[in-house]
Amino acid sequence: MTIAVSILPGPQLAALNAAYRKSVARKRLRLTLGAALIFAALVVASVGAEVNLRTFFNHFGNFVSYFNRIFTLENGSRVWTDPGEWLWGFKKWAWLLGETMLISYVGTLFGAILAFALNFFAAENTSPAPWLRFSVKRFLEFCRTVPGIVFALIFVIAFGLGPMAGVLAIAIHSTGALGKQFSEIVENIEMKPVEGVRSAGASWIACMRFAVLPQVAAGFAGYSLLRFEINVREASVMGFVGAGGIGQELIVAVRKFYYSDVSAILLMIVVTVFVIDIGTGWIRGRLFGKDRHA
Amino acid sequence: MTKLPAPDLDGLHTRYPDVFERPLSAQLATPLMLLGAFGIFVFGLVHLGFSPARMLSGLHQLGWITLMMIPPDPGSSLPLYLTALGETLSIALLGTAIAAVFALPVSLLAAKNIVPSNIFRFPVRRFLDSIRGVDTLIWALVWINVVGLGPFAGVLAIAVSDFGAFGKLFSEAIEAADRKQVEGIRASGGNALHEIRFGLMPQVLPVIAGQVLYFIESNTRSATIIGIVGAGGIGLQLAEQIRVLEWQKVSFLILMILVAVAAIDWISSKLRFAIIGRRAVV
Repeated sequence: MTIAVSILPGPQLAALNAAYRKSVARKRLRLTLGAALIFAALVVASVGAEVNLRTFFNHFGNFVSYFNRIFTLENGSRVWTDPGEWLWGFKKWAWLLGETMLISYVGTLFGAILAFALNFFAAENTSPAPWLRFSVKRFLEFCRTVPGIVFALIFVIAFGLGPMAGVLAIAIHSTGALGKQFSEIVENIEMKPVEGVRSAGASWIACMRFAVLPQVAAGFAGYSLLRFEINVREASVMGFVGAGGIGQELIVAVRKFYYSDVSAILLMIVVTVFVIDIGTGWIRGRLFGKDRHA
Repeated sequence: MTKLPAPDLDGLHTRYPDVFERPLSAQLATPLMLLGAFGIFVFGLVHLGFSPARMLSGLHQLGWITLMMIPPDPGSSLPLYLTALGETLSIALLGTAIAAVFALPVSLLAAKNIVPSNIFRFPVRRFLDSIRGVDTLIWALVWINVVGLGPFAGVLAIAVSDFGAFGKLFSEAIEAADRKQVEGIRASGGNALHEIRFGLMPQVLPVIAGQVLYFIESNTRSATIIGIVGAGGIGLQLAEQIRVLEWQKVSFLILMILVAVAAIDWISSKLRFAIIGRRAVV
C-alpha cells in the first residue's frame, strides 16, 4: 500500500530544516561539552586514584585465581565436593552470625527509639520551635554523615573491644538515618486530625500521640525493618575494627590466607543477608499489604 | 444543650459481634509481638555485654575524648590530608562511573520487559543480589589481594559493589518505562536494538543519570571508610590517627569529611535537578 506524501514546497521546507538542524546542533553541542567535561573529570580522578591499567591487566589473573583458591580445599579438591570439611567451623560461624544479627537488632532498636523521640522536633509541621528544629536536624545530619565504622573505631577505644562498640555505632548511625526518614513521613501526614485534637484542647504530646502517631506508625515500622536489613550488612564488617560479630573471623581468614574459610564465611554471610531480605520483605508485606512497601 | 441519648450497647453487641469480641488470637497478637521484640532486645543487651558500669565508664572516656578533640587541628599534615581527600573523591567518582558503565547492559538482561523468560532472568538477578550482599569493605579486602594496597583497590571495590546495586535499580527503571514508545519503534520497522536505543533509552537515561549522581554522593561516604582496610583515601589517615590517639587530628579529619560530603551533596542535587527537572528523585 503506497500513499503519496505531499512534500512542502522547497523554500518553506529549507527554512524548517534549518531551524530543526539549529536546535539539534545546540543540543548536540551541549551533550558533547557535557561528555567532554565528564571525561576530563574521570581522567583527573583516575590520576588521583593511581589507576594503573597495566597493574590491573597484569594482576587480573590474580582475581580469577583468588576465587579459584578460595574455592579449593587444602587437599586440592573443590570445596563443594566435601561440604563437611569446607564448613568445618559451621557451629562457630553460625554463632557469630547470630551475634551479628543481634548487634544489628539491638542497634536498630536503640536507633529507632532515639529517632522516634527526635523526629517530631525535626518535622516542619510538628516542630514546636524553629531553633529546636534546626539543631535537631543538624544533629541527625551529623549522625548520618559520619560513617558507622568511624564511630565504631572511636567507641572501641572508649568502651573497649567487643560487640558493645558495634551496637552503639550502629545505633548512632541508625538514629541519623531513621530520624530523617521518620520526619519526612511526619511531614507528609494529613493535618486535619491534628487540628481536631488541638481544638479539643490537647497538649502537644497528646496531639502527637492521638493525631500523628496513628498515621505514621506503619511507615515507621517499615523503615525500621529496612534499616535492620541494611544494618545486618553493616554489622558484618564491624568486626574488622574489633567491634564484634563475624567480621573479626573473616578478616583473620583473609589476612592469614585461610582460603576455603573465606569462601565459607562469605557464603554464610550472603545466605544470611538473603534470608533476612526475604524475611523482612514478608513482614513488611504482612504489615501493610502489598501496596505500601516503604 | 441536649445530651445525646445513651447508645444502645446491647443492641450493637448483638448486631456486630465481630467488632466487640475479636478472637483471642487477634487480641493477643500485638502485645505478644511487642513482648517478643522486647525479650530479644533484653537478651541482646545481656548477651552483648551491656552493663550500667561499662556504659558509665565508657561515656566517661568518651567525654574525655570529645574534650581532647577540641579544637580540631591538622598539625603539619594538612597537605597530606587534602591529597587524601582528593583521592577519596576520585575513588568515589571513578568507582561509580565504572559500575554504571558495566551495569547498564547487565540490567537489560535483568528487566522483565526485555527478557521475559524467567529462566534467564532469575540467575542474573540472584547474581546481582549476591554481589550486593557482600559489603564494600569486604570487596576492598579481596581487591587488595589482586592489585595491592592503594586507592586503585578502592576504586574496584566500589565499582563491584555498586555494580550489584545499579544492576537492580536500572532494571527496575527499565521495567517502569512506558511500553508504547517501544511499540511505536517496532511498528515503524525497528529491530530489537533499535527498540532499546530509541524506545527505551530516552525514557530511562534521565532516571539512571539521577541515580548515578545520587550514588556518587553516597559513595563519597563509603569511600571515606575503605581506607580503614588499606584501600586508599582519607579513611587510612583517619584510622591511623585514631589508633595513635591524636584526637585533634581525628576531629579535623571528621570535619573535612563532613564538609566534603556536604559539598558533593549540594553539587549533585543541583545537577540532578538540572537533568530531570524539579521532580522527586529515585
